[in-house]
Amino acid sequence: MEHYLNIFIKSIFIDNMIFAFFLGMCSYLAVSKTVKTSLGLGIAVIFVLLITVPVNFLIEKYVLKKGALIWLGKGFADVDLSFLTFMVFIAVIAAMTQLVEMVVEKFSPALYNSLGIFLPLIAVNCAILGASLFMQEREYENILEATVFGAGSGVGWLLAIVGIAAIREKLRYSNVPDPLKGLGITFILTGLMAIAFMGFMGITL
Amino acid sequence: MSDQEKEPLFSAKNIKLLTAPLDKNNPITIQVLGICSALAVTVKLKPALVMALSVTIVVAVSNVVIAALRSYIPDRIRIIVQLVVIATLVILVDQILKAYAFDVSKQLSVFVGLIITNCILMGRLEAFAMANKPWPSFLDGLGNGAGYGLILVIVAFIRELLGSGTILGYPVMEKIGIYSIGYENNGMMILPPMALIVVGLIIWVQRSRDKSLIEK
Repeated sequence: MEHYLNIFIKSIFIDNMIFAFFLGMCSYLAVSKTVKTSLGLGIAVIFVLLITVPVNFLIEKYVLKKGALIWLGKGFADVDLSFLTFMVFIAVIAAMTQLVEMVVEKFSPALYNSLGIFLPLIAVNCAILGASLFMQEREYENILEATVFGAGSGVGWLLAIVGIAAIREKLRYSNVPDPLKGLGITFILTGLMAIAFMGFMGITL
Repeated sequence: MSDQEKEPLFSAKNIKLLTAPLDKNNPITIQVLGICSALAVTVKLKPALVMALSVTIVVAVSNVVIAALRSYIPDRIRIIVQLVVIATLVILVDQILKAYAFDVSKQLSVFVGLIITNCILMGRLEAFAMANKPWPSFLDGLGNGAGYGLILVIVAFIRELLGSGTILGYPVMEKIGIYSIGYENNGMMILPPMALIVVGLIIWVQRSRDKSLIEK
């Protein structure tokens, strides 16, 4: 149990998708103008990660890895499909995003309207593909570990985007030098937040 | 095709496609595309150069492919088609890097794969290649790749020089003998947050030079 909690905490704070790896920066910068929309997008990202990471884990384990196809019979023991990883992962992600989009449109039209273009863009959000690729690179052992890692990454991303959105809402009242307005100050703020998050480095349970 | 023959290959308009993304329309600092992978690979200059080159190749070639196919792609499934083209090119780049530059490929780790979801690619395909001929699209791809690479190289240059005191692995700071008068490498520069701050500063410099780029 502690082991899973450890992966969870680590993926939220230490290996934070935004602050440690800069993944999903495009939508992070574009959608973080108000807390409400960024919360919605954050939840959508958690949801998509929770589905895609375990699915990609199973595909990796039973189809793509070298020797993974052995369950088909002895003759498949040497088949190595790992060069197809990118293609398969991105296809799974695109399909899952489509699914999430349809579900959200049906059950929460308000959220659907406020997310607008960014819901389909989750498919090309680096954080989603990044989580699957990190899952592959770090060789998680079972599906539970992969799921916990996916959830943790999503929560970390949500935390980051809601944090910056809250700061940007307040930023309206401060006197930023003209050339830094908008994008520039957001970058620098994110850098400062990342330094704060580095304080968590080295924590293990 | 006949249209294209009337227009010289390097007309003023086409040259502009190539040079605008270097400054006024830079994919990173102005269009805010492709930041995802841009920052993580800039600790050292060499991986940044390799990354810039890979992205430029993938953007240029996928722009040409999509521009050539643009009238045959049904609107509803265009995202999937674009992703397939991009993913194929990225797999090629990844396999080539693994074969000929294994250590750099290890350093870049997942970020080569992440070229697929680099917003520059989808952004340029959607905004330019779907509506233009292959040749301008090729120039647009080259220009945007170069604009992306330019920022990458500047950031990596600053971070490697100040963080490790080297350029492309060559110990510059040691050679000019600055350590003996008490200079220390700034370990902060190697940490991820500094990439963000350096890009923030580049944006600051660029927008102070050119007031028209300032956001209201």
